[in-house]
Amino acid sequence: MIRLEKRPQASQAFSWAAPLLAVIATMFFGGLLFAVLGKDPITSIMTIFWEPLFGDFAFYYRPQLLIKGAPLVLIAIGLSLGFKAGIWNIGAEGQYIMGAIFGAATGLAFYPTESFLIFPLMVLSGALGGLLWAMIPAILKVKFGTNEILVSLMLVYVAEQFLASMALGLLKNPEGFGFPGSRNLQQYASAHNAELIAGSGMHWGVVAALIAVIFAYVLLARHQLGFAIRVTGEAPRAAKFSGVNPTRLVLFCMGMSGLLAGLAGMFEVAGPAGQITIDFNVGYGFTAIIVAFLGRLHPIGILLAGCLMALTYIGGDIAQSQLGLPAAAIQVFQGMLLFYLLAFDLFTNYRLRVGRTEVA
Amino acid sequence: MDLSAINPLLFVAGFLVAATPLIFAALGELVVEKSGVLNLGVEGMMIIGAICGFATAVETGSPLLGFAAAAVGGAALSLLFAFLTQITLANQVASGLALTLFGLGFSALLGQSYVGVKPPRLAEVNFGPLHDIPVLGPILFSHDIILYLGFAMVVAVWAMLKFTRAGLILRAVGESHDAAHALGYKVVRIRTLAIMFGGACAGLGGAYISLIRVPQWTEGMTAGVGWIALALVVFASWKPWRLLLGAYLFGGITQLQLNLQGAGVAIPVEYLAMSPYIITILVLVVLSADKSAAPASLGRNFHASS
Amino acid sequence: MKLSTLLASAALALGLAGGAYADAHGKTKVGFVFVGPVGDGGWTYEHNQGRLAVEAEFGDKVETVFVESVAEGPDSERVMTQMALDGADLIFTTSFGYMDPTINVAAKFPDVKFEHATGYKRADNVSTYSARFYEGRAIQGHIAGKMTKSNIIGYIGSFPIPEVIRGINSAYIHAKKVNPDVEFKIVWAYTWFDPAKEADAAKVLIEQGADVVLQHTDSTAPQAAAQEAGNVITFGQASDMAQYAPMPRVSSIIDDWAPYYIARTKAVMDGTWTSTDTWDGIGPGMVGIGEISDAVPADVKEEALALKASIADGSYHPFTGPLKKQDGSDFLAEGETADDGTLAGMNFYVEGITGDIPN
Repeated sequence: MIRLEKRPQASQAFSWAAPLLAVIATMFFGGLLFAVLGKDPITSIMTIFWEPLFGDFAFYYRPQLLIKGAPLVLIAIGLSLGFKAGIWNIGAEGQYIMGAIFGAATGLAFYPTESFLIFPLMVLSGALGGLLWAMIPAILKVKFGTNEILVSLMLVYVAEQFLASMALGLLKNPEGFGFPGSRNLQQYASAHNAELIAGSGMHWGVVAALIAVIFAYVLLARHQLGFAIRVTGEAPRAAKFSGVNPTRLVLFCMGMSGLLAGLAGMFEVAGPAGQITIDFNVGYGFTAIIVAFLGRLHPIGILLAGCLMALTYIGGDIAQSQLGLPAAAIQVFQGMLLFYLLAFDLFTNYRLRVGRTEVA
Repeated sequence: MDLSAINPLLFVAGFLVAATPLIFAALGELVVEKSGVLNLGVEGMMIIGAICGFATAVETGSPLLGFAAAAVGGAALSLLFAFLTQITLANQVASGLALTLFGLGFSALLGQSYVGVKPPRLAEVNFGPLHDIPVLGPILFSHDIILYLGFAMVVAVWAMLKFTRAGLILRAVGESHDAAHALGYKVVRIRTLAIMFGGACAGLGGAYISLIRVPQWTEGMTAGVGWIALALVVFASWKPWRLLLGAYLFGGITQLQLNLQGAGVAIPVEYLAMSPYIITILVLVVLSADKSAAPASLGRNFHASS
Repeated sequence: MKLSTLLASAALALGLAGGAYADAHGKTKVGFVFVGPVGDGGWTYEHNQGRLAVEAEFGDKVETVFVESVAEGPDSERVMTQMALDGADLIFTTSFGYMDPTINVAAKFPDVKFEHATGYKRADNVSTYSARFYEGRAIQGHIAGKMTKSNIIGYIGSFPIPEVIRGINSAYIHAKKVNPDVEFKIVWAYTWFDPAKEADAAKVLIEQGADVVLQHTDSTAPQAAAQEAGNVITFGQASDMAQYAPMPRVSSIIDDWAPYYIARTKAVMDGTWTSTDTWDGIGPGMVGIGEISDAVPADVKEEALALKASIADGSYHPFTGPLKKQDGSDFLAEGETADDGTLAGMNFYVEGITGDIPN
């Protein structure tokens, strides 16, 4: 009889091996799926994982990984703090939207004045937009005990409607012949979040994501607040006795995740996306939840998970165009990858025992 | 503005229909959460139900068989979630999100040949003279059988949780899996059954959209109903009757804003479109005085030796 | 080194830059960037039909590639770049939101031709194209005005953008012309895609007395709602929706991109491609009018077909004065027709429509 037994402590070896095993399993079963769809499995897998990193045009795709991964990592880092403490902000998508609207509106308010002060101001107001939006569920939670999952989720839909209204109204490009969408910030030097080195994909959002990773790492490993977060998540009662103030913790975690999501939105709208449009948001806020958990809520893990997700998106698009795989097949493939990553994680904390070693 | 254009009878009948997919999906999730499991994959299971139901109804010509297939499809997909969270002890939030991603993709693959097809229609239940009762007739006695099934299931789940031994065990598992385990209940098996029930219900809700409410098959056609259903469970503080109320409220507000637009009320449309969500938040704040409701073990994994 | 030069030189070095690749293999490669899934049964579905028509027309001489559900913004820019790097000679980008990305990518690949749908920015290697759907709306308006008994016509809009407002105006003008008592009820769904909400919107309009429902959303939900109601007529949108004929669907506006896609591909093959601004309607076949069903009285059908013919041969313009704006100010004088600039950015209702455009 095979049974699961909890390891005395998490296996270091498996915490590295599990993701690798998961990727291998996904390649195998994903390959099967592609074969069923009538595509060459080896070529398909190579296209998704190899092409963006080492293919003929890797010089173009590698920077794109940064552009695609940065918002995911930035948002996921913020979310992970709350998730660790059992505070569930699943409305990062809305905070991302509000950050973008605040940031873009600030920049556009100064149009066409050029000043080096404009961009820092946009960064501040973008962060503020996300922070304020996250403070709604946070304050309702500490004041009335309202469930933050629901409020933050509802606020995503509110933010989406607000975005549509802004793109069609207040922020509409006055020179856009009545079409929806704001001016393109890429064409407004003072507000443009340009690449720091042309062709590198490095823009301020990538820098911010890296800083956030380091910040979160230090916070969790060294700081009193990091301790409070960890202990609240692992043993809420013990946290109370050790003097953790739950109200402050909720405000901090929600605020931080909102702030980072707002920053992500602001860097996106000022850089890669360029403008506020009805469909500006593409689900980074939700994907980031997956990224946070794939990275086991650990800053370094999140960085790697963000890059992996970005890789499957970029590789997936290449596979669509080169091999004619439907987008749905790529989605199924991503789902599989997540399933295996989650399932193989089991062996980090548990091991299989054959035979009857103890009485249940 | 012409408010007289709004026919209150049809308005009420309309939101009963609009609320039905929500009721199914949220009711299933309520049972799942009562057992202490949080499955965020409702949207994924709904869309799988939508295509399984649609395809089966088109192939067999029977909408009822379609609904049966939708329940089976939703339950089958939920088994994947059950395996991940109950056997391999994976994180429930992430597993649920992955399930949604997978479900959306997989349903699109399954549905490739069903775009633009018209499904067979499910007739209204014939209530004979009841249908002609003024006021109540058009509101209550002019719907299809599945709508009544949804209502019946709310009653059944309520009674099951409140009066039966099975309900007691389910709640015990959700409150404290360790204590339930110590009493000799098979926590994993009970939760797996609950998850499958949730999947089947979500599947029915999805099929109600693809077979009755819209009716057509299009990729991603559930368009977020699964997420609303999740919110509804919390809104209802895990009580079936409040869930019913919440679903009608949500469906009602959406209908109302469309009605007001049609009647030419000069409120900015985008703010009207936001209103169902904002009102849900407000009601939630009012209701949040009640803290007794959440199952204590919600979202936490169980392993017998831990 | 700037990215554009880097990209271009790398592509050249690898011998994959547009023309070189095509010559070497004798195949013209055509890329399509789609905003939704090809299975959406509407906008993207019809563009994909156009792609398939290109394949059917040219067979082995052409290779088509596509990526579906591409988000506007950086994702679309990446997908376009990738297609260009992979040697596409011609790339169709089929959503308004792809406008700036198309211009950006086109600047980096001067040898690749780009075609952007529904936008207004062009370059030496970027053309724009769009369809005059409002011509079809005029015919719908005529039939609707003739056939309504309640004199209430429901209209489901997606977002209040010029494209949709133009359609509402065109339908209203022609409904009013044949039926002075006609009233439009307009409901904005504020979504591109949510079949359940479209179904609700249609039901609400029908409940409020509309016996004709026009839609600017792509799902068949309103058709089904009308069928259930029994005595309500509708029109197919984007695709023919013939499965709902003869009632409630009495006719349709069909997006037919095939002739344009074939012509532009041919132009690239022949080396005659130049940057143009195409805005085609019923005449050149970009806007198709689906079979008018027997539910429409023969005389109305005849008038509708005559209207179609006069629009197609250019003898009649759907926006012909005298017309006033909603606020009573002058729009078009007697006999004057609206110019394309005004039409493209239309953000006002014509006189007679009640209610305000959101924002």
